[in-house]
Amino acid sequence: MPIVPLSRIADARSGDKGEGSNVGVMARSEAAYMFLKGALSTALVQRHMAAINRGGVKRYEADTLRVLNFLLADSLGGGGSASQRTDAQGKTHGLALLRLELDVPQSVLDATPE
Amino acid sequence: MPRKDKVLVANGQGFWGDSLLGPIRLCREGPLDYLTLDYLAEVTMSILQKQRLRDPSKGFATDFVKMIERTAPDLVAKGIKVVANAGGVNPLACKDATLAVLRKHGFKGIKVAVVEGDDIYGELDALLASGETLANMESGAPLASVRERVSSANVYLGAFPTAEALDAGAQIVITGRGTDPGLVLGPLIHEFGWKRDQYDLLAAGTIAGHIVECGAQCTGGNYTDWRAVPDLAMVGYPIVEASSDGSFVVTKHEGTGGMVTQRSILHQLVYEMGDPRNYIGPDCGADFTSIQMEDVGPNRVRVSGAKGTSPTPTYKVSISYENGWKALGQLTIAGPDALAKAKLCSEIVWRRLAHDGCTFNDEEKTVEFVGANTCHEGIDVPHASEPSEVVLRLGVKGHDKAKLDRFGYELVPLVTSGPPGVTGFAGGRPHASEIIGFWPALLAKSKVSTKVSVFES
Repeated sequence: MPIVPLSRIADARSGDKGEGSNVGVMARSEAAYMFLKGALSTALVQRHMAAINRGGVKRYEADTLRVLNFLLADSLGGGGSASQRTDAQGKTHGLALLRLELDVPQSVLDATPE
Repeated sequence: MPRKDKVLVANGQGFWGDSLLGPIRLCREGPLDYLTLDYLAEVTMSILQKQRLRDPSKGFATDFVKMIERTAPDLVAKGIKVVANAGGVNPLACKDATLAVLRKHGFKGIKVAVVEGDDIYGELDALLASGETLANMESGAPLASVRERVSSANVYLGAFPTAEALDAGAQIVITGRGTDPGLVLGPLIHEFGWKRDQYDLLAAGTIAGHIVECGAQCTGGNYTDWRAVPDLAMVGYPIVEASSDGSFVVTKHEGTGGMVTQRSILHQLVYEMGDPRNYIGPDCGADFTSIQMEDVGPNRVRVSGAKGTSPTPTYKVSISYENGWKALGQLTIAGPDALAKAKLCSEIVWRRLAHDGCTFNDEEKTVEFVGANTCHEGIDVPHASEPSEVVLRLGVKGHDKAKLDRFGYELVPLVTSGPPGVTGFAGGRPHASEIIGFWPALLAKSKVSTKVSVFES
């Protein structure tokens, strides 16, 4: 199976939620969504974002929207005005997750527009 | 009985600091019934509260008054109504300033309404005495543990008081803290006569409000495939073309930049989202997964099918409190060996401070090498370790202000006593500034009463 970044089959947007952030991952096809539902586990996201997020990861599935929503519990270096990070609001966490390299079946790639 | 078939509600301001062109162009470049404007963030309320303590005529979003001054001729000529949470912690003063600029430009007889009741800062002790704990929703700690340091407390009000103000004939509605989607829901309740128990309709208005609440973020701003977005410079701000059955078309004015597609809308739908099935607002719960989207023309997407649930018996309360101090400064380190030299600079600062008895633990320190993958720390990015230049950002936080000020002395000296290529000490010596903590809590709705007053220019 080809190894591609998550950005090949999904979009993402992120923002702050208290002392953490959310990353909404939007699959660009039904095939991509079904694949990601299995492959993009909380454990994998946790590992990929370990240096950014010191807390846990929770996942919500929205099948009708083809969206997986990840909540990173402690990813801003303190919430609100306590964070001194450049990305104090987690605006770039979506792009960070889209860098994740995944082993994606050719059939999923064929069914998903670039 | 609905007043009209379709109502056009736009958002021209996604946050305080958003482009002035949003509202100005929305008033000029096409048809519009309502202009909504969002000025408040959690930290904003605390800053405004402090401004009001220093000067009783302050404590609101002054940008709003400037915006009214620039758009008043269009607002009046076209009969566009404005709903804004610009009141901050002093909506009556915001109203006074708004009336003053309207009168200054000869606009007489414009009705300006004020919604009050969100600000519970002055009632905190009475509320605590009555048995409310206002416990932190995340940690569970009672508010009493930080009561002395609280600097603002506001309830997220729902949309019905705004609808009431519009029912009373207001052209401009100024609120304090309310939910962002409520800025859009209020006009729809007013226009279509939606009732408090029509949860699907209230959810539809809430979802419409959520889609447009961050301005251009649903019309191509902050969009993953950014190369595909046409003319971002002249991006059109979003407009909801709402119908009384709860369906709505998301669009933008013809000829404006950006784009409205199912994908651009989905980007905003997931923004700051928690559980997609249960978006909790003061007027209803909304199920984001219940909607259907369909293309109904260029830059026109119809959203329908929204399902809602009954609201909770509590309001969310946004409380801010003083939570220590922070100081931050930056230097630019030119190559060759920019990253290695920046790392040395960082070590030098901490060692010099320690030599003078001033130490910070890792939790209190921020060390960033901007240009060498600081936003995506820990994620493998090719060539990130060989940037041609790096911005070194060093920060500290804590409760000892003097210690933070001491830190501020040791950054700029690196220009002459560090490795070569250190420059860019913009802003000079870092000084300690206050950290405003955020304390989310819940409050029984029965403890809050709202008031709507109408004035005239």
